Amino acid sequence: MNVENISPEHIPPVRRVRTSTLSARTRKGISFIIAFCICLATWIVLSGRFDALHLTLGVLASGVVALGAGTILISWRGLGRLPRQWLGFIGYIPWLLYQIFLANLHVLYLAFHPRMIELISPEIIHFKSRLKRPMSLFIFANSITLTPGTITVFVSITGEFAVHAIDEPSAASLPGKMEEKVARLMGE
Amino acid sequence: MISFLAAVLIVLGLFFFAGGSVGILRFPDFYSRLHPAGKLDTMGLLLSLTGIALYVVQDLTLSAILTALKIMLIVVFVFITSPTATHAILDAGVRAGLSPWTAPGKRGRT
Repeated sequence: MNVENISPEHIPPVRRVRTSTLSARTRKGISFIIAFCICLATWIVLSGRFDALHLTLGVLASGVVALGAGTILISWRGLGRLPRQWLGFIGYIPWLLYQIFLANLHVLYLAFHPRMIELISPEIIHFKSRLKRPMSLFIFANSITLTPGTITVFVSITGEFAVHAIDEPSAASLPGKMEEKVARLMGE
Repeated sequence: MISFLAAVLIVLGLFFFAGGSVGILRFPDFYSRLHPAGKLDTMGLLLSLTGIALYVVQDLTLSAILTALKIMLIVVFVFITSPTATHAILDAGVRAGLSPWTAPGKRGRT
């Protein structure tokens, strides 16, 4: 990636952090509590024991993790739009699963086709995405890789994608509807 | 009834796994082999593990539900890590300078 290629409009806008009335201490506390609850829930699901010893160990372990990494796991900047994002995610995942299923059938058909070698024409396609935020690019890139027929080769922070596609129908589907969905999900 | 549904899901999952293995053997080059390897496996895992979770959760006790939750957690983690791993392998190929196989008579549009 050439640094000179980055023109100003490619650089994601810096979001101003809303100056909160809460003190840094309170924010840290809220981050701690959320991280602690998530850690403890994971502990309980994974351990499956409810006696005093295991629960105490779980509380201790979650406490240590939340103290050390609470502010890293739950960043205050993202907290405000987190609920909307999660709601969007719940809508996005079934659609993604359906797309994965359709595309899987396609690759399965290719794998068993007797004249498979004539049907496929692998190529690396390049396109520029209009997504700006790193998180959107990350979700979009992983969604591309999850849908069969396409694997992300390279993503730049400015939204340039290189994608390896197995055949022409897979290549033609990009960036298309998936990009729109991710954009709406992340509120871009 | 539920165990029948679970069996159907597991068999479907195994079918996807089989397709993945056949695909790895039949596709022409490194990059195209990653397609069935990385993705048909994910789908096979999703179907077969959903089947197993359904089978486990039949008798609705707390421990059965916890076990089913753990099984579904495996699916979630594979869905996060599998694309990353596939991308890492492919990126290693690109960095090493391996050029992708293209169908004879066709020129890749770049």
